[in-house]
Amino acid sequence: MSEPMLALAGVHTHIGQYHILQGVDLVVPRGELTVLLGRNGAGKTTTLRTIMGLWHASRGALLFDGNDVTRAATPDISCAGIAYVPENMGIFSDLTVRENLLLAARAGEPDTARLEWIFGFFPALKKFWNQAAGTLSGGQKQMLAIARAIVEPRKLLLVDEPTKGLAPAIIQSLITAFRELKAMETTILLVEQNFSFVKSLGDTVAVMDDGRIVHSGRMDELAEDRELQQKLLGLSLDTHQ
Amino acid sequence: MMLHRLLSGDFPRSRILALALLAIVAALALAPFLFPGARALNVAATICVFVVLVASYDLLLGYTGIVSFAHTMFYGIGAYGIGLTLHSVGPTWGAVFMGLTIALLLSLALALVIGLFSLRVKAIFYAMITLAVASAFAVLASQLSDFTGGEDGRTFGVPELLRPGFRLVEAEVFGTAINGKLITYYLVFFSALALFLLLLRVVNSPFGRVLQAIRENDFRAEALGYRTVVYRTLANCLSAVVATLAGALMALWLRYAGPQTTLSFTIMMDILLIVVIGGMGTLYGAVVGAALFILAQNYLQALMKQGSDALVAVPLLANLLHPDRWLLWLGVLFVLSVYFFPTGIVGKLRNLKRS
Amino acid sequence: MTTTTPTATADAELPRLRLDTPPLLVLPILALLALPLVGSFPTWVTLTVAGLAMGMMIFIMASGLTLVFGLMDVLNFGHGAFVSVGAFTATLVLLPMQGWMQADSVLLNLSALGLAIALAMLVTGALGWAFERIIVMPVYGQHLKQILITMGGMIVAEQMIHVVWGPDQIPLPLPTSFRGVILVGDAAVEKYRLIAVAVGLVVFAAMFLVLNRTKVGLLIRAGVENGEMVEALGYRIRRLFVGVFVAGSALAGLGGVLWGLYKETLTATMGGDIMVLVFIVIIIGGLGSVGGCFIGALLVALVANYTGFLAPKIALVSNILLMVAILLWRPQGLYPVAKR
Ligand SMILES: Nc1ncnc2c1ncn2[C@@H]1O[C@H](COP(=O)(O)OP(=O)(O)OP(=O)(O)O)[C@@H](O)[C@H]1O
Ligand SMILES: [Mg+2]
Repeated sequence: MSEPMLALAGVHTHIGQYHILQGVDLVVPRGELTVLLGRNGAGKTTTLRTIMGLWHASRGALLFDGNDVTRAATPDISCAGIAYVPENMGIFSDLTVRENLLLAARAGEPDTARLEWIFGFFPALKKFWNQAAGTLSGGQKQMLAIARAIVEPRKLLLVDEPTKGLAPAIIQSLITAFRELKAMETTILLVEQNFSFVKSLGDTVAVMDDGRIVHSGRMDELAEDRELQQKLLGLSLDTHQ
Repeated sequence: MMLHRLLSGDFPRSRILALALLAIVAALALAPFLFPGARALNVAATICVFVVLVASYDLLLGYTGIVSFAHTMFYGIGAYGIGLTLHSVGPTWGAVFMGLTIALLLSLALALVIGLFSLRVKAIFYAMITLAVASAFAVLASQLSDFTGGEDGRTFGVPELLRPGFRLVEAEVFGTAINGKLITYYLVFFSALALFLLLLRVVNSPFGRVLQAIRENDFRAEALGYRTVVYRTLANCLSAVVATLAGALMALWLRYAGPQTTLSFTIMMDILLIVVIGGMGTLYGAVVGAALFILAQNYLQALMKQGSDALVAVPLLANLLHPDRWLLWLGVLFVLSVYFFPTGIVGKLRNLKRS
Repeated sequence: MTTTTPTATADAELPRLRLDTPPLLVLPILALLALPLVGSFPTWVTLTVAGLAMGMMIFIMASGLTLVFGLMDVLNFGHGAFVSVGAFTATLVLLPMQGWMQADSVLLNLSALGLAIALAMLVTGALGWAFERIIVMPVYGQHLKQILITMGGMIVAEQMIHVVWGPDQIPLPLPTSFRGVILVGDAAVEKYRLIAVAVGLVVFAAMFLVLNRTKVGLLIRAGVENGEMVEALGYRIRRLFVGVFVAGSALAGLGGVLWGLYKETLTATMGGDIMVLVFIVIIIGGLGSVGGCFIGALLVALVANYTGFLAPKIALVSNILLMVAILLWRPQGLYPVAKR
């Protein structure tokens, strides 16, 4: 295999006086969907924010596509080819759907063919094209947030808990979207707590706890090994079956 | 031990600072005997009042992290409360206490309302709202001239005991007459001392420590179960009450209450400057800062005048040194100290020891 | 509801429409209520125009400030300095060009004024840039220091005006063709007030177009709501912020010139004095909202003019009362800006 798209080596992050990430080692292979699991407060969001440069690592190194981005500023990291869907979606509610996507397209106007492709699995966006994003429902906002990240091709996609608080029907359309992206060999790092949602999507998986990666391996192995699931993720996951 | 209780266990923690404080307190305590002359005594009394005024402001700014521009409003309420009551009722002690009570109640009510109204939101919100309210108050005070005396303010008589003509004993002590002026001075001095020690007690009490926790991280303090709004509002009220008392003392000393000496924005700036230069978040900073500042204000301006006169030939430079441009240099000093000495003189002195 | 979202998730937010009408209605309602109270129609017209003119000028001064706050959470207490500096800078052109100003020719008057405004905006814009670099940048994210430092910067700027222009007031007469009144029916309306209204409308329209029709404008609006996300999309919010800061300072300079001509005398503290109104306006409007700032400015000015006529004593505190009333109705201001 070629070198990984993204590699974190011994990353520590402090927020104020709190030591949140305590040596994270994480590898995101090229062209694969990597799932990052972990209970609440494990440090998943902090990991993504550190990758984006929204927090800075106090120790360790981040390597993106062969370049050291440990100290880089957020806009530079973004321009280097990472798209980010934050946990709170980061929608600009005062702007219309169109304007939200316009800002995400650095080339100027979004590419029409690519837009049609996105509308294919997120038709609501077409319907509410000129409506203020703040008036969308929670699921539609999530679609917009993802659409914004993929309106132009990027090397790596970071997505933070997209299914949080969403109804099954909408989760289904998210699954479709991720399948489409996988078919195009997009590299994705997906943070999730909903194991059943990612079980079929993920290629590789990493599990976090207390600011460290406590397990990493192939998703199909974890999906079959119920004992390991129990050990890493606790009982709660069973309820998703 | 006694000292420990008096200072609430909050020692200067720097030898130079301790010496400076001792010198200031001693000089103020003996001012009438050490520095006879009306001007010097006036400077000493002003320092006493400003120590209290600034210390009460530091309770807000330094200990609670609130920026208020309404501190002079409370100060002015104290001064006007005494001034207007004595002016209309006559120079009796009854009137003094009545004026004080009215002023305290008004301050408390205003502080409570403003606090509850705007402390829920951001620090910045509070700064803006107090600025607006204080300026409206100043405009009111100068416009309602039938009541307040307008721009001229009100002069008034004080109770017999405090009048310059009054003699407690006929003989002079160390060449100084024991008259009403001297009694007023000691009234101001001991009230200021008592109020300062009270504030010292407050900031070193559990209440004071909660305030500091809120200043450091209000989100966390809230998470720990402290109702930050309540604590902030309480601090606001306490600070307002002490400022009101300071205003009352100043009015008694000057036998005058007017917008220029109490409500003007310049005084607000003076307070801010003293807090920052003395050291935010340490009450001793108020003592050192006020003493230095008031001395400089009274004696340095004369120096500037000399400089300006000497430079008449150089147009712009002469303007820069004109005594009225005093505020320019203060402003520069202020900006520089916020950047480079955020802990002020006291912080510097304490660090000196450590390194 | 769409076909893809059969469930009603998070619909609580639906009522937040783009055009929030109640605040828009407040202005006409206020004006109509004032009519019977004032009693005479011509007086009412005069008062209303005066209010609108004052409101427009305050809006011009306040708009930059509210955006600067929205973008970076920076509240510049020294903003008033730009107002004063703008007005005083204009005298550098207007006083030597008295000839053109007093000439009975609209063209000459306008050229002198245009030149003065251009210079004032240039100088205040540059000053804003320096102010941002030296005063504001080192204290990003530290509210306490920000307030103190910008206040200090304001004092220094005011004092420097004294140093440069001397301690006295400077008279600034209006150009000939802007003096006097126009009769609208029985109502006398000062010409200059109409001009101020026109300039205010132009500035508002321009700002509206930029904010809604250009990518930079969209970025500013997006940045006000969520600056982190703007950065995560690859834009440097700092550059955006500096741009807005400079533009806002230049606008404050423009407002200063207009305000100075309105008052016909200049004092170094004129900017600091008007800041109280400006703060009330941006609080009423909702911190960060340009539309709210516009309505808030007109509201404050109209209320000030009506009460000034009806009950001069109350007028002294009418702004505070108005602010309290609005905040009781909408605690975050007329148009609260959604924040992260
Ligand atoms: N701004 C902050 N200040 C202080 N602590 C923070 C901050 N943000 C996060 N934390 C702490 O960092 C830890 C990790 O948080 P993080 O958001 O990364 O967890 P997470 O794995 O994303 O959790 P969740 O599944 O709930 O989203 C938590 O203990 C949290 O309390
Ligand atoms: Mg998270």
